[in-house]
Amino acid sequence: MIGEKEKNAIIRLFHVYRHYGSKNALIDITLDVFKNEFLFISGPSGAGKTTLLKLLYLGEPVSDGQILIDGMNLSRISRNRIPYLRRNFGIVFQDYKLIKTKTVYENVAIVLEASGVKRRMVQKKVNHVLRTVGMEQRHSAFPPSLSGGEQQRVAIARAIVGDPKIILADEPTGSLDSESASFIFNLLKGVHTRGATVIIATHDKELIKKTGGRVVYLSSGRLETSPYV
Amino acid sequence: MIRLFYKRAIQDIRENRFLNTVTIITIALSILIVSVFALFFINTNDLINHWKKGIRVVVYLKTNTSEAMIPDIKKKFEEMYGVSEAVFISKEEALEQLKRQIKSQISLLEDLKENPLPDAFEVRMIPSSQSWEKVETLSDKIESLPYVDDVEYGEKWLGRFTNIVNLFRLTGYGVGGLFFMAAVFIVANTIRLVLYSRREEIEIMRLIGAADSFIKFPFYIQSLIQSTLGGILGLGILFIAFTIIASNVEHGFLPGSFQIRFLPPAVFFSIVISSMLVGWLGCYLSLKQFLRI
Repeated sequence: MIGEKEKNAIIRLFHVYRHYGSKNALIDITLDVFKNEFLFISGPSGAGKTTLLKLLYLGEPVSDGQILIDGMNLSRISRNRIPYLRRNFGIVFQDYKLIKTKTVYENVAIVLEASGVKRRMVQKKVNHVLRTVGMEQRHSAFPPSLSGGEQQRVAIARAIVGDPKIILADEPTGSLDSESASFIFNLLKGVHTRGATVIIATHDKELIKKTGGRVVYLSSGRLETSPYV
Repeated sequence: MIRLFYKRAIQDIRENRFLNTVTIITIALSILIVSVFALFFINTNDLINHWKKGIRVVVYLKTNTSEAMIPDIKKKFEEMYGVSEAVFISKEEALEQLKRQIKSQISLLEDLKENPLPDAFEVRMIPSSQSWEKVETLSDKIESLPYVDDVEYGEKWLGRFTNIVNLFRLTGYGVGGLFFMAAVFIVANTIRLVLYSRREEIEIMRLIGAADSFIKFPFYIQSLIQSTLGGILGLGILFIAFTIIASNVEHGFLPGSFQIRFLPPAVFFSIVISSMLVGWLGCYLSLKQFLRI
């Protein structure tokens, strides 16, 4: 019988494996993530944190096992539905992945444009979110001219502008000084407060300690904590 | 949304100016070569039709044909399918005509004791029934008549000429097809290069949930702009060349009332549309291959 907690799960992984040739990146991962949860995936570099995030938005396919995102089974999703699956996520990539030839404004706006939002609404939302992350003054700058912290803020603005249900952030404070890190972190907290599920992959123990969300540990591709709360 | 796609397409063209210019010129040259063929065929076709209008079959009667039979023979010819009229030319008339034509060497004819020329009929054909098979059938039919000695249609070479032109026409289709394919591959290649230069951006767009159609559309606009410009440029060059050549050639080289003409609007627009098709197809091939990854 499905319990209340399972019913409330927005992400469910069942015995998920991912291997590259003979190398196992993830081994038998079973995990539930609940709506509006603030979850840390922790573990040393190379433990499989990034890979695990990639599997969620179909950046890579699972080798074995099943993943459900808000009731959608990823192994049964057709190719042309993948963009719609990805619109459930706001993703903050470890390397930011900003388009170098587009301005800050355009980088953020493209998320809304791609989902067919009207121009006036795009303008309103992008300006608002740039204000939230403190980048409204630099809206016409190009990413290569920004500092790491600024690029990260733009990446977060892009992740949250479409009001996604789930935020995935891969080492969001990894290369930042403590002041920038804490600003970014507060932004993510704010999104969580407004109802999003936030999953952060990090090895920053200080950050985890300060927050106090649920933490799951990955070590050599295996989950070392109980999959459920 | 269309505005956004259009903006992205123009931006791509601007950023890859050299590549796009080369592509447009290549398309223009392909279109130029194909439309030179089209222009040539349209005009030779006109010319052949023009010549065919003058087709007449000359029927020489046997020397023993009596004068009394002439009206009957005339009637017989005129009743034949495809004949508009039959004009009798007596041997005396024929000799007079010949004398007029060779005025300078008239002394050659002065020593003649008797008229060597036969009586003849000039059979003219209805213009619509002047296909080559019909002329041949008619002349065979006439030749089989008992009082007919020989049948001649001076424009026999026109039949051979038509066959040669038809052969050229086939070659034209072949060459057109090859240039079409070459142009498609060139557009495909340009789009592929632009895609490669933007692969990171495309990858990011896909990760943030952009549908393939959102990514593809600007490329289609870009290739349509290229191919339309290429097509118009090619036809423009053809038009300029045509105007220059037409004004020099017309009076000396071509027969009397015949005028060469430029491509009719239907052909002109068909060529522009084919050019756009080239762009669309080239883009389709590249995107299909690139976005599969």
